[in-house]
Order: sequence, then structure tokens, then C-alpha cells
Amino acid sequence: MSLNVEHASVRVLPSEKPLRLLDNAGHAVTGAATGGFGLPDSETLLDLYRKMVVARRFDVQVTALTKQGRLATYPSAYGQEACEIGAVAALTTDDWLFPTYRDSVALLTRGIEPGDILAAFRGDWHNGYDQHAHRTAAQATPLATQTLHAVGLSHAARLRHDPVVALTFLGDGATSEGDAHEAFNFAAVWQTPTVFVVQNNQFAISVPLERQTRAATLADKAVGYGMPGYHVDGNDVAAMYAVTQAAIDRARSGGGPTLIEGVTYRIEAHTNSDDPTRYRAARDVEHWKRRDPIERLEKYLVSEGALTEALRTEIADAAEALAERTREVMTTEAEIDPLELFDHVYGRDRAALLEQRAALEAELAAGAFASHAGAAR
Amino acid sequence: MTATVTSSTSAEASAPTQLTMAGALNAAMRDAMTADDRVVVYGEDVGPLGGVFRVTDGLQAEFGTDRIWDSPLAESGIIGTAIGMAMYGMRPVVEMQFDAFSYPAFEQMVSHVAKMRNRTKSRVTLPMVVRIPCAGAIGGVEHHSDSSESYWASTPGLTVVMPSNPADAYSMLREAIDSDDPVVFMEPKSRYWSKAPLALPVTTAPMDRAEVVREGTDVTLIGYGPTVRTALEAAEAASEEGLSIEVIDLRSLSPFDDATVGASVRKTSRAAVIHEAAQFGGYGAEVAARITERNFHHLAAPVLRIAGFDIPFPSPKLEEYHLPTANRVLAALDTWEWDA
Ligand SMILES: Cc1ncc(C[n+]2csc(CCOP(=O)(O)OP(=O)(O)O)c2C)c(N)n1
Ligand SMILES: [Mg+2]
Repeated sequence: MSLNVEHASVRVLPSEKPLRLLDNAGHAVTGAATGGFGLPDSETLLDLYRKMVVARRFDVQVTALTKQGRLATYPSAYGQEACEIGAVAALTTDDWLFPTYRDSVALLTRGIEPGDILAAFRGDWHNGYDQHAHRTAAQATPLATQTLHAVGLSHAARLRHDPVVALTFLGDGATSEGDAHEAFNFAAVWQTPTVFVVQNNQFAISVPLERQTRAATLADKAVGYGMPGYHVDGNDVAAMYAVTQAAIDRARSGGGPTLIEGVTYRIEAHTNSDDPTRYRAARDVEHWKRRDPIERLEKYLVSEGALTEALRTEIADAAEALAERTREVMTTEAEIDPLELFDHVYGRDRAALLEQRAALEAELAAGAFASHAGAAR
Repeated sequence: MTATVTSSTSAEASAPTQLTMAGALNAAMRDAMTADDRVVVYGEDVGPLGGVFRVTDGLQAEFGTDRIWDSPLAESGIIGTAIGMAMYGMRPVVEMQFDAFSYPAFEQMVSHVAKMRNRTKSRVTLPMVVRIPCAGAIGGVEHHSDSSESYWASTPGLTVVMPSNPADAYSMLREAIDSDDPVVFMEPKSRYWSKAPLALPVTTAPMDRAEVVREGTDVTLIGYGPTVRTALEAAEAASEEGLSIEVIDLRSLSPFDDATVGASVRKTSRAAVIHEAAQFGGYGAEVAARITERNFHHLAAPVLRIAGFDIPFPSPKLEEYHLPTANRVLAALDTWEWDA
């Protein structure tokens, strides 16, 4: 069987207003604004709620630990939980995720341990988790580069006739990178089972969206590549989940890639070393805080009688337990063996690296580095 | 240069026929694709056209469009998607059309291809080959002749090799495709049409080894890719004047075979390295430094570099002035004090 696809381009124009299933007051939306997507059932929404609450607690905890100097850096996802979790929750365990540095809470949702998610942020030289076991690539920092990896992996799965989809996150700023363009185009031309989720959090560090693009929406870009694009309220987890689910289903059944733009807001600074007071007004942040994705879903679930006080307490306890576990791992000094620096550069031994490794080993043995455990004290 | 060639015993070798380097590379891909269905080939114009140098000639007709296909025209896209395919267990062999057009892929190469194994503690490896037609002497117009080897060779995590003859081209490409680590496979364009009698499959020395291709006692001349021939020509001419030159074909730029080069230099006590790339910061600087650091007390003279000028690669009408020649090599050797 050949994977050659007929040359038919897709023209799905994204909606001008972000489509949504729950409004900010927590009421179910009806009519054209839903884009024809249906509200997920209560069980799914409760699960998403639980995941978001746990993720929020985790994020706040890690930001606090970063301020205490336990991490070298932490890009917070505060306020973006609906975007991250709505999208990732729609993946199966066989599907792959290609995340960025921003997406710690998505990794948490995939079942990756806090200490492993944060390994590189705390200053280790590697990504902590098993990428194959979790079907989650190492967090990418060079912007938009990971989008091409997602296209390649999902194309390989398709060539192998495996029903595997790859989902990749990228930021609003990253859509300006050439690799984003190349990934959108390769995916569309090859009709790969890829879902691109652009988290439009309005800023690339300090640079606002209007300095990145003249397009009316980032989802509009999809049209030029011949793939469907969806402009979604990224603080509505129900909408993010439903739209991503549909994109994944289409990808899995051979329908090709989709570009989803989730409109959201970065509540925290870019990272701990950023100073947002230099480029945005506090009242803008307050405006978006009143559009909190968790509160919105909570209002809906309470009004439906689905979220009981007992359940709320249980979820809060689970979140607290995770925060405690996170504090524990992050306040325990990670043992990093400097000699491992040489061990994973190549699969085969190289004489030059072995020489350099031996030289460092001798320095360590001689106590040349006070910070090293083996040093003479 | 058939001295080092040994016919493989693992598969039945065909009777020797004259094969060009392009033909040998083509055969290596065909045999690798036959042996392992995870091997896929893509790039610009590699399908029905068979590549601008015809290195993939006939492969699409034989294997179909799911195994070898024309990709959209974007080098970062080619390398970036190959990374994803390799993560999934495929063995992509991708072609950069010319070395001067591989630069859009620089970020993917340096930030991901080179680092993936390390930053994932060997959990994610990238068994992929990036084929790059390289160097000059084909009368290429602007941007069609370049020598990008030191960019790649100076990047930790990459393995960089460059064959100089058809037998090595076949053997080293098979080995590169079989490798679990990414390999930058540089193909000297001016040697694509060079011929040798070959019985395939052929297995030459491992691709991380340098080879002594002509023995000598007075000078070690080091070349790779296109300049191995230059070195051999210089050695032949010098022998008529009673100077015995040993010629080494580096074959591998990263890793560097210090052992083979060092043994030769300790024997001859004089060394020079030849490459087409500009001299400043070029690969020869590393060769000279390594030889000097490790063998200084065996050296009778400074290590010389015979390289391209420190200028952008010249136009077809002017490239002959730029490229190292046997005469220029011999003139350089003449600058040494021979009585000292
Ligand atoms: C290729 C590249 N250029 C620059 C940077 C430095 N940098 C890191 S994050 C960032 C802003 C990215 O903004 P966006 O894509 O909107 O993602 P966000 O951080 O808002 O999630 C920049 C410029 C980088 N990581 N990679
Ligand atoms: Mg952003």
C-alpha cells in the first residue's frame, strides 16, 4: 500500500472568535460559537478538573522552589492549564508528545515524576525521564525545532502502519520560526498524523503577539498549508479537549494534520529571571486572572452538582500530596557524577574522550573541585 | 587505492566491475534498503531524477515511494523530520543537495542531531545518515562548491566521515547506515565519477580509521576526500626526486585517528595536511595541533597546512588558483630546512 495521498487541499477557515464550550461564567455555550463541538461528559470534565487542580498546585510549588534557589530556572504554565491539559488528556499512551520548556504540567499529566520533569531545570545535564516509556520527547528549548521531530515521528509511524499520533506544543512566538513553517508544510504535504497546538499566551518573553504576526489569528496560518485550523478559547479546557480529540481522531484515521491555536495568557513572568513590569501592565494580568481556566470549569461542575465538597477536598489533598513530594525531591541534593559527562556523547568509545575522562577523574581524585563529593575535605 | 580492499566473506561477492563512487554509493543504499526495511531515503530531487548527482538513480523505481521520496524543499525540515523518524526506529538516509545548501539545517544538526543521545542519557539514539556532497573542482557556480567539514567536525556528538574512493564509499556508507549514532557522510563531488574495479559487497577498514594508502619514510602527507589524490600525485612526483612520502587518507574527520597518524609521523618526523577548505580555523589546524602536541619531540619541522585561501569559494574560472595542487604541496615541503 502506498501512502501517496491525493492532492486535495483542505480549506477550513478558523472562526474569527475563539470557539468555546464553556463561557467564563461556567455556562455551557450553545450555537455557532461551539464550532459544532459537543461538551465532553461530566466524568471527563471532572477528570480534567482534577488534573488541572493538581497541575496548578505543582506549578505554584515549583515557582516557590525556584525562588528559594532550588531550580536554576522555571518557565511557569500558570493560567495555561486548560491548553496544556485539555490537549494532552486527549492522547492515548501510544501517542507521542513533543513538548517545550513551557509544558511541565503537560508532562505531569502524562504521568512523569516531578523530579524527572525538572531534571534539566535544576541543572542536570540530561532530561530526567524515559522518553520511550512515556512516549514524550525531551523538552525542547530551541524554538519550534521539536515540531519537525513530531512530523517525522508520526510519519514513520504511518509508514509502519501503526495508529500513532504525535502532538506538539509551540508558543505564539515560535510560530515565527522557520522550523514551524517547515513543520506545518511537511505535515500537510505528507499528510502525517500530527497535531500542532499553538499556545498563544500573548507573549514571547517580552514581545507581544502583534509584533510576531499580521495574521488575524495564528490558526489562520493553517489555511495556507492546506490543513484545518481551529481558533480556540485556550482557557476553556472543555473546548481544548474536544477540538484536540477530534484532531487526533482525524489524524489517526489518515486525515492528516491539524493546527489548533489556544488563546490563553501567561500569568507569571517568562521565567524567574524575567521582569514583566517592564513590558506589560498589572491590570492586564488582573484581567486574565479573572478568566482563570480552573475557576471556570469549577463553576460549571458545581452548578451541575458534579463537584461535591467531598470530592473537592479529595482533589485538594491529592494536589497537596504531590506538592509535598515535589518539595521532597527538589530539596534533596541530586547526585550528579561529573564523569557521566563523557558517557553518552557517542555510542562507541572514542579514544580522545576516554583520555579526557581519565584526566577529569584524576583531578577529582586529587580534590581539585571542592564541590565534588569525592574531593578531599 | 585497492590495496586496502578486502572482499566481504559474509555475502557472495560479484565479479569485479568498474564502478564510480556515485555508483558505489548507489549500490550501498540499494543493498542497505534491501537488507533492512527501516532504511528510508529522502531529500530534494532524489526520486525520479535520482538526485542532481544521480547517486539515488533507480532506487525509487525499485523500492517505491514509501521507501524513497522527494521531500519538500527545506533542509531544516529534512533533518528535523529525519530526527523524528530515527526516534521511531527508522534509519533515514537523507541528502543535502550541496554542502553550501545544508546550512539551513545547522540548528537541527547542532542542537538536536549532535546532542540527542547525550541529553537523553542514551535513551534516544538517532540512527540517521546525512549525506552531503561537498568540496569543489566541478566548475560549480556560486554556492555550489564549499567545504563545510570543519563546522560539522567541531561539533561534539557528530561522527563525520569522508571517503576518497569507490570501495570506501560503499563500505563506509553501509557502516554509517548500520551505525546507531548519526553520521555526517561527506561525498567529495569531484570524486563522484572516479572509477575503480569493485566486487560488491566490499568491506574496507572500519570508517573511524585512517589508512596509510602509500608507504614512505621521509614525510607524512595527510589528505581526505578530494585531496588524497593530490597527496598521491605529490608523492609520486617527489619519489622521482628521491623523497619518500607516506600518504594517509584520514577517512574519518571525527573521530580523528591519532594512533595511525601518530605512528606515521613518529616514523617520518615531518607532516603536512592538505585540504580544500580555507586555512584559517580549518580542519588542518586541528590536525597540525594534535600532531604537534603528541609528537613534538619526534618532529624535525613544523607541521604544514596546504589549504584553500582564506576567501569565499571562488567562481569556476578561478577555482584552480584556490585548490591545493601537487605542485603547491611540493613547494610547501621545500620551505622546510631539510639539512637540520
Ligand atoms: C531558536 C531560539 N531562539 C531564541 C530562544 C530564546 N527564547 C526562549 S523562550 C523565548 C520566547 C518564546 O516565546 P513563545 O514561543 O511565545 O513561547 P512561551 O515562552 O511564551 O511559552 C525565546 C525568545 C530560543 N529558546 N530558541
Ligand atoms: Mg508565548
